[in-house]
Amino acid sequence: MSTTDILAAIEGGNEPAQGLRPRGVLTARELMREVGAVLRMSEAEVAKLGDLPEDPSEDQTMIINMGPQHPSTHGVLRLMLELQGETVLRCKPIIGYLHTGMEKTAESLTFMQGGTNVTRMDYVSPLNNELVFSLATEKLLGIEGDIPERAVWMRMLLSELNRMSSHLLFLATNGMDLGAVSMMIYGWREREEVLRFFQKVTGLRMNHNFIRPGGVAADLPAGWRDDVLRLLELIPPRLAEYDVLMTGQPIWRERLQGVGVITAQEAIALSATGPTLRGTGIAWDLRRGQPYLHYDELEFDVIVGSYGDAFDRYSIRLNEVRESIRLVHQILDRMPGGDYRIQNKKVTPPPRARIDESMEALIHHFKLFTEGFKVPAGEVYVAIESPRGEIGCYIASDGSATPYRLHVRAPSFVNIQCLPHMMRGGLIADAVAIISSIDPVLGEVDR
Amino acid sequence: MPEPAKPEVDDVVAANSRGQRVVFPHRAEYFASMRALCADSFTMLVDLTAVDYLTYPSGPGSRVLPEGVVAERFEVVVNLLSIARRERVRVRVQVPTDDANIASLFDIYPGSEAMEREVYDMFGIVFIDHPDLTRILMPEDWQGFPLRKDYDQGSIPVQFSGDFAARRVPR
Repeated sequence: MSTTDILAAIEGGNEPAQGLRPRGVLTARELMREVGAVLRMSEAEVAKLGDLPEDPSEDQTMIINMGPQHPSTHGVLRLMLELQGETVLRCKPIIGYLHTGMEKTAESLTFMQGGTNVTRMDYVSPLNNELVFSLATEKLLGIEGDIPERAVWMRMLLSELNRMSSHLLFLATNGMDLGAVSMMIYGWREREEVLRFFQKVTGLRMNHNFIRPGGVAADLPAGWRDDVLRLLELIPPRLAEYDVLMTGQPIWRERLQGVGVITAQEAIALSATGPTLRGTGIAWDLRRGQPYLHYDELEFDVIVGSYGDAFDRYSIRLNEVRESIRLVHQILDRMPGGDYRIQNKKVTPPPRARIDESMEALIHHFKLFTEGFKVPAGEVYVAIESPRGEIGCYIASDGSATPYRLHVRAPSFVNIQCLPHMMRGGLIADAVAIISSIDPVLGEVDR
Repeated sequence: MPEPAKPEVDDVVAANSRGQRVVFPHRAEYFASMRALCADSFTMLVDLTAVDYLTYPSGPGSRVLPEGVVAERFEVVVNLLSIARRERVRVRVQVPTDDANIASLFDIYPGSEAMEREVYDMFGIVFIDHPDLTRILMPEDWQGFPLRKDYDQGSIPVQFSGDFAARRVPR
């Protein structure tokens, strides 16, 4: 369908439907989306590839909807698959079932309330969402250099623990999708240990709204160091168990090795980030590539794969848990004392004790929580490395207390584009392994 | 503080926003500028989004655009990344409301496919030569473009708040 057709259809109130179009009307250009454009092929070459089945008559192939209720699609992801027997010829992810207009909602929430909104996007790594939102707001406010050291290190501690909990959840669901059901229980069990620590620190297991513009919401509770050390002792032997259960096991390797292969060139062209990109051998991790917080002062390895298949993505995540443990050890050693939020009256509410004795503090507190603080006009894009890839926050401010426009660059939303490419020509049983290896969180895909 | 542009995108207005490099190509030269930037090692299109500046306050101090850039209602914002040089650049293009279309970047960056669909879905900006320009997040029979500023946010009536009785849905 050409652009003029689309324009005419909009005016007529009859927009084109999203879906797989029949093979008969498929143009080479549309096919390029899946095969050609990534490799920069000519249209003629792509058209040749379009004849994948020898007999393209319609009754030889069938279109099946996988999802949105399929359990292995990690939420409400729907895949339209064109199958010939068990072979996937074409695939199109259809999303939007969880769309709740969070970016529109964000325009009516103050910068103070915004954290409650963004934390619900990628609900498996909420602290990273809050972190990127806070960093973007602080950059607009011009206070990014004044955040107290303790707050910065606390942010790193929580961010790394969140990476661990998110990857542990991936190991659980990846195991479940491939039939290693006991892995599901183990993965959730370990993740729960990390969430228990979050609950102690922030009061909630998920959706914390703990990292806020200006610092963090509260100081670490008494005994936090022992809790973290207990976690760091508990998890490494469990990871060794996973190695026995999965990594070295022939069935596991057969299911993942050589499945869902993507090359480095293709991953870059499709804007893939995180383990999907690193699996192809490109050592691009924002913690190393464009360090934020104090990651440049810490020692850790960026884990890369070499084949770009589902097994690489699995082992990258497994080993990133180990790297996060290494990082948390260093963070524990260097955790400084001091304030946990910036002492800037514009952004930080007065301490609770002051409210009892000072009328001004009470008014100040009230104004901050009802009206919020004003953020200078401008626009900014900040990106950090979330467990799924680059999570970015673009804020355009008009100088008021609410963002004029808030856009979150969600890594899952972009990484899902790799699915048609990875699945093409594979088996439908591998489709489950491939979806799982991308580790999408539909909350952030749809926002 | 203006910053000298790289020779590859010489004729494009460049600026600096909070220490981040921003270029402002005109809509007509947008595609060529992106091709030049892609050749200049900005091989990854990280993000593509848009802003509707309909209700943005006018007057001094607000919405600073460099000289030579005519403000329009929509702005398409593209964030590019150079992995080799560890650099980012942001591209902002003005798109007028009565002719809301712009070239699709699909031929340079195939990864822009879903993001351009999202911008079309949310803002109604048409990407010329996009291979599959359909709604992506909203239902396909949806009317209107939700992230436009003249699109009402809507709300569910809340008990004991102001006009609850008036807005109650009749049974």
